[in-house]
Amino acid sequence: MAKPTEFRVDVEKALGKTEIRAHFRKAMDTLMINRRNQFPDDAALQALRTQAQAIRANALSKLPELLQQLETNLIKNGVQVHWAETTDEANQIVLGIMQKHNAKSIIKGKSMVSEEMGLNHFLEERGIEALESDLGEFIIQLDGETPSHIIMPAIHKSKEQISALFHEKFPDIPYTDNVDELTASARRILRDKFYAAPVGLSGVNFAVAETGTLCLVENEGNGRMSTTIPPVHIAVTGIEKVVEKLSDIPSLLSILPRSATGQPITTYFNMISGPRKPDEKDGPTEVHLVLLDNGRSRIYSDPELLATLRCIRCGACINHCPVYVRIGGHSYGTVYPGPIGTILEPQKSGLSVHGELIQASSLCGACGEVCPVRIPIPNIINRLRYDSVRKDTENTPTQEAGTRRKSLEAATWKAWSWAASTPSVYNFGSKTATQLRGLVPNNLGAWTSVRSAPKLAEQTLHQQLKTLGVDHE
Amino acid sequence: MKPESIYFFGTCLIDLIYPKAGVSAVQLLQREGVKVIYPQAQTCCGQPAWNSGYRNEARKVARAQIQLFPKNIPIVIPSGSCAGMMKTHYPELFKGEPDEADALKVANRVYELTEFLVDVLKVQLQDLGQAVEVAVHTSCSARREMGVADKIEQLLGQLSNVDVKEQAYKAECCGFGGTFAVKQPEISAAMVTDKTQHIRATGAAQLVSQDCGCLMNISGAFAYQAEHEGKSAPKAQHIAEFLWERTHG
Repeated sequence: MAKPTEFRVDVEKALGKTEIRAHFRKAMDTLMINRRNQFPDDAALQALRTQAQAIRANALSKLPELLQQLETNLIKNGVQVHWAETTDEANQIVLGIMQKHNAKSIIKGKSMVSEEMGLNHFLEERGIEALESDLGEFIIQLDGETPSHIIMPAIHKSKEQISALFHEKFPDIPYTDNVDELTASARRILRDKFYAAPVGLSGVNFAVAETGTLCLVENEGNGRMSTTIPPVHIAVTGIEKVVEKLSDIPSLLSILPRSATGQPITTYFNMISGPRKPDEKDGPTEVHLVLLDNGRSRIYSDPELLATLRCIRCGACINHCPVYVRIGGHSYGTVYPGPIGTILEPQKSGLSVHGELIQASSLCGACGEVCPVRIPIPNIINRLRYDSVRKDTENTPTQEAGTRRKSLEAATWKAWSWAASTPSVYNFGSKTATQLRGLVPNNLGAWTSVRSAPKLAEQTLHQQLKTLGVDHE
Repeated sequence: MKPESIYFFGTCLIDLIYPKAGVSAVQLLQREGVKVIYPQAQTCCGQPAWNSGYRNEARKVARAQIQLFPKNIPIVIPSGSCAGMMKTHYPELFKGEPDEADALKVANRVYELTEFLVDVLKVQLQDLGQAVEVAVHTSCSARREMGVADKIEQLLGQLSNVDVKEQAYKAECCGFGGTFAVKQPEISAAMVTDKTQHIRATGAAQLVSQDCGCLMNISGAFAYQAEHEGKSAPKAQHIAEFLWERTHG
């Protein structure tokens, strides 16, 4: 039996918090119902998934060319393009831009890539204040936490917890658990910050190569404010977010919010095509795009793993995952939790760091079933399990492949494969096992902590069908 | 068209723990006038090793199976996950191997039992049993890999005295997942505990499924809860066993 690891300790802790578990269940139930209601016609949904998958697969099939085209057109539009191979490089680029403007603060729209970079922490260590303006991100930043969900970062928090948190951090504001009042308070606090911030940061949902347009999907308007009010706008994104044409956007925009939150469309959809032009009255005077690799090129190099990069970060796989709903996002110990995190994180950082996550799946397939771009998540989990114990590690780009191969486990599978591929051995073994069925212990470790031990039959099916005279060829 | 004969792949779990399910499945098929061939050299489809990342070991076992079905007749399997292994994963497992074509020939002829009973044999069942309320657990592989989620209900719908009760979170995994139950025991336990609660809440006296992995998991939890917590334990049976018991004269 596997020894308790750090991951399993965190899981057990999370499972013990019944109130939070009930809260997660309720939240995920709502998201699942909302999504289902958005797709009443399954044939239409499947057609849209096929379209979205094709758009993303097409973009990835010519990723290097499209990235070049994107860069050319962005530059033409007046956007400054930066390439970062590592998160450290990306952080340094952001810092460099900040220093050039002598900026001491940055206001942020929601960006999972900035979480991936650990940007807030990086900037704060250098005396720069990074303020989250997405309500969920704002809440968890107040509490010194990280997102527990890629779309709804504060989903683990109850209304009561948020009320108490606001009261603790802003004693001047009278205590309330009225959601509208809490939101209004956050809005007031943030509004001043938007006007004061010298730099705004955002993520990118789709980067259109054909036109050099950065698309940003959001609900609160904070994305628009972060990208238009401060004089400098820095967008950060992964290199996989590029799509070929502007005409690719409607399909993706149609399926993203419906899959994510079950909204027909988000409140805001921003198309950023450059800094303020001489005759324009608003908008930033400088726009930068930081394109982050951080392992994505490695994933790109493998035809099977490549599908990982199709992801449009809707979070539907998370919302539908029976594991996530029970352990919550923080137990994963990663930036991206749930099924997408399970395949992405070990590929980004290597199997020794987050390799255990690939065991945190029953391979039920709920994630793959709802994925709007049909990433075969269970198949990729299976592939990463193979990578984690394979011997021909030169045949996979996955870092630290083979490092989870344990000699006892490997020997057990080897012995099993010999027995199960040798009928005489298998039949002798199974017959003997049924004869000794009384000797099966009642304590089978983890299995019997909540279940009774299974009982072997008196006679195998092989024996019984032989007795019944069923033909064998 | 109804085939004259079929191969039956019984699965290792049924072989060792639930042979009655296998025998019942064979009897159901024979009753439809189909000759059942059960190659005695069969062992396991290789799925446990495949799902654990031990592909070479899985292939070795799978290779021994694909030789057992030389005739061009259907291969019927009383399990969604073993059928899914052969149908959808053998093509991946044998990709680029010298015997890839043989593996594909097997994969293309695989049917899950309830799918075969409904779609190919178009069975007509007559209920001879007492009135009973039944909950159905469709395995994730039957639902998503094989796409045969509604077949058990279609079969039960033919039984006049069977009332199907639908549990909450019906489509959610029971937490078995093969080695998942051992490698992540805490999460698996939480999942099966919820699953038993939802099934018990329907008041159904009986649970049926087409997969013995799920049954071993759920019925094991029922038995444990009966012993340690004094809770009721619905009777859990493979759908083949349940159907045979209710319909043979």
